[in-house]
Amino acid sequence: MFKILRREDFSPEIHLFEIDAPAVARKAQAGQFVVLRIDERGERFPLTIADWDREKGTITVVFMEVGKSTRKLATLKAGDYIANFAGPLGLPTHIENYGTVACVAGGFAVATIVPIARAMKQAGNRVISILGARTRQLIFWEERLQQWSDELIVTTDDGSYGRKALVTEPLKELMEKGGIDMVVAIGPTIMMKFAAKTTEPFGVKTIASLNPIMVDGTGMCGCCRVEAGGETKFTCVHGPDFDAHQVDWDLLMARQRTYIDQEKESLRLWQEQVEAGGKVGG
Amino acid sequence: MAEEKKPEKKKIDLNRVAMPKQEPRVRARNFNEVAQGYTHEMAIYEANRCIDCAKPGCTKGCPVGIDIPGFIRAIRNGDMPEAVRVLKAKNNLPAICGRVCPQETQCEAVCTLAKKGAPVAIGRLERYIADWELAQPPEARMKTVLPPPTGKKVAVIGSGPAGLTAAADLARMGHKVDIYETLHMAGGVLVYGIPEFRLPKAIVQAEVDYVKSLGVDIYLDSVVGRTIMVDELLQDGYHAVFLGTGAGLPMFLNIPGENYNGIYSANEWLTRTNLMKAYLFPEYDTPIRVGRRVAVIGGGNVAMDSARCALRLGAEEVTIVYRRGRAEMPARAEEVENAEEEGVIFKLLTNPKQFIGDDQGWVKAMECYEMELGEPDESGRRRPVIKQGSEFTMDVDTVVVALGTTPNPLLPSTTDGLETTRRGTVVADEETGKTSKPAVWAGGDVVTGAATVISAMGAGKRAAAAIDEYLKSLK
Ligand SMILES: Cc1cc2nc3c(=O)[nH]c(=O)nc-3n(C[C@H](O)[C@H](O)[C@H](O)COP(=O)(O)OP(=O)(O)OC[C@H]3O[C@@H](n4cnc5c(N)ncnc54)[C@H](O)[C@@H]3O)c2cc1C
Ligand SMILES: Cc1cc2nc3c(=O)[nH]c(=O)nc-3n(C[C@H](O)[C@H](O)[C@H](O)COP(=O)(O)OP(=O)(O)OC[C@H]3O[C@@H](n4cnc5c(N)ncnc54)[C@H](O)[C@@H]3O)c2cc1C
Ligand code: SF4
Ligand code: SF4
Ligand code: FES
Repeated sequence: MFKILRREDFSPEIHLFEIDAPAVARKAQAGQFVVLRIDERGERFPLTIADWDREKGTITVVFMEVGKSTRKLATLKAGDYIANFAGPLGLPTHIENYGTVACVAGGFAVATIVPIARAMKQAGNRVISILGARTRQLIFWEERLQQWSDELIVTTDDGSYGRKALVTEPLKELMEKGGIDMVVAIGPTIMMKFAAKTTEPFGVKTIASLNPIMVDGTGMCGCCRVEAGGETKFTCVHGPDFDAHQVDWDLLMARQRTYIDQEKESLRLWQEQVEAGGKVGG
Repeated sequence: MAEEKKPEKKKIDLNRVAMPKQEPRVRARNFNEVAQGYTHEMAIYEANRCIDCAKPGCTKGCPVGIDIPGFIRAIRNGDMPEAVRVLKAKNNLPAICGRVCPQETQCEAVCTLAKKGAPVAIGRLERYIADWELAQPPEARMKTVLPPPTGKKVAVIGSGPAGLTAAADLARMGHKVDIYETLHMAGGVLVYGIPEFRLPKAIVQAEVDYVKSLGVDIYLDSVVGRTIMVDELLQDGYHAVFLGTGAGLPMFLNIPGENYNGIYSANEWLTRTNLMKAYLFPEYDTPIRVGRRVAVIGGGNVAMDSARCALRLGAEEVTIVYRRGRAEMPARAEEVENAEEEGVIFKLLTNPKQFIGDDQGWVKAMECYEMELGEPDESGRRRPVIKQGSEFTMDVDTVVVALGTTPNPLLPSTTDGLETTRRGTVVADEETGKTSKPAVWAGGDVVTGAATVISAMGAGKRAAAAIDEYLKSLK
């Protein structure tokens, strides 16, 4: 059992948990993830490690409520327990001094980008960050990203904060201006696909962190397979970072939809249960 | 206690007692155990068929060398506790082996009565005794008296049959044993692969609890090679490490279209179904997508289990597609028969060429070749060759690829000094399990590649003995 020590709410649907997991904290590196299971009946699902504290022995995750599992997770509070929490999984993001690195985060992926921007900065890179969200309420950790960025551009789709644009707009301008040696783009799949399309004509190496459906997270099931450079790869062991120009994005998006009907059904039943004042577990 | 009854040697009885089973039509739609086990009368009758050979072949056919005539004699005498004692002297997990051992190629193959076509049903008797013991109140069960602690610590990686056996033996020798397991549940393939209807999970749990009762601690969610390294374990106070990490990396066909939605590896299919209980969705959260027509590629136990799960999950038509003939299928004969009785269709001498998808990325058909058998290959089985121009198309909604597995490279690739073969297996001495790395032993599927429960247990036992010797040699 893994105890939730702290909870923070960034918006009605985006939450942070700091979890007591000393063994994971000892090893965690930027770009890795954990696989957790909330309770006896829960599914195993991955969340990126947003931060860690080796001394306190804690791992921070930030998640968005999308379906049953993430909504169920959001019903927990500080002091509650999560049944299973395994990690750190996947390969860490490859960090070296590339020169100038652009870190692009879409939505709550800012939580994933911050440790990467930090590691890139600490490795001697000049870091230019782009943080984009649908609307002002969904922006968080701006100051954290600022701390590790030489330059920070904030965008919102609706213009309620920062520049009214999609992240690909400032990214394109950076590409046109030149001087970027490497791009790390993390966010919703569709955003990563377009970020890849934006940088490709400029030949700037671009890394994306893929988010297929997973089960074990250790290379045992093959559920997380993606195609990169025409080859089949298991995201949980060969990734999650991949060369964004090599990824078959349409395949990834099709595979993410595998259980869409079941997910809807599962969520509907659960919401009925919650509304009926039933047990929130199950 | 009943007086010693001599077997009736005069006449050999060839009426092997059949295993009572659920009706095929009924069981093909539920996950309850198929084989229901002998009654007391059946067990006594079957035990009486054993002629208590002076030179019993059966014992040599058992990879862990159970005194088979001995435990059968105890059944005949009605002395169940004695039968338990004899079994457990060599086999920690009789309730499991009695159910899943390929007896027809092991102990029963070399039973004297096998020549007459009716070997004693050793596995069924073993199961009977193990179930009898599990049904006793806990205080009446066989007690294990542990020797005083030796002060030596061993880390066992993986909680499949190899790891559980090594852990139990080492604990009974007085060593402190900790098991590290990646998944959220102990048991290895016994919990994530072999389905409930063949091996109820409560039985695996009982065996895991027994191992824990010996003082073994099990750390779940511990991915060795990620969460913790083998070298760290050795530095952190463990005197020896046993690797029983199995062969959990699924193989694919590497043909076009294999990543369409609806195409599963058998590992994913079985893990969702068994470990995650997708058959109870939405009561349990993990989903699975079962189409109307399911094709399972392969001819081993894994393929049979996948096909039989598909039926139980509600598929209308389930077909095993296998590139060789029936005689070459590596699955246990009993399981092939069970699958057939339940309505699984066998399309033999057939191999997929490519998968065809719809515009949403879902598999909708499979183009196959017909095959014929040529010269024998390295495995001694006749090599399947493509019949030129024989392509045909099968409509499918779901495909399960059950071609077999190799060891997961995660641990070997993160452990310095551990020699592996080209096939990804860990190099270990056959007798002792000693690897190329000091203080590290290995056994089970990680060494042999995918094999059997009992061979993994045998390897765990031999390694435990070798580790014990090594620990004694330490000052
Ligand atoms: C390596 C990796 C890191 C991730 N990091 C984060 C993170 O830091 N924060 C965050 O909020 N989300 C993260 N995700 C996505 C998160 O795992 C899914 O949002 C979550 O599993 C959805 O579950 P659900 O039941 O709430 O929604 P569902 O209704 O089940 O699904 C909604 C969508 O989420 C995706 N999904 C469903 N099940 C899984 C699964 N088992 N594994 C992966 N994706 C799934 C599917 O595309 C699905 O359409 C990550 C995914 C991966 C692969
Ligand atoms: C579907 C199926 C049906 C089968 N049917 C039969 C049958 O009827 N009869 C029979 O005799 N055999 C059968 N087998 C084969 C048998 O199950 C295996 O040979 C046996 O389980 C091997 O035991 P093991 O202990 O070596 O490995 P496993 O049972 O594979 O256990 C290995 C364990 O190690 C864990 N692990 C792996 N890597 C790590 C790591 N890095 N850190 C921590 N833990 C790790 C795994 O999660 C797993 O729990 C079947 C196999 C399958 C898949
Ligand atoms: S363990 Fe397996 S091989 Fe040995 S006697 Fe029992 S069933 Fe036969
Ligand atoms: S070989 Fe067969 S008949 Fe002989 S002792 Fe063994 S089980 Fe009994
Ligand atoms: S999640 Fe199972 S192999 Fe990657």
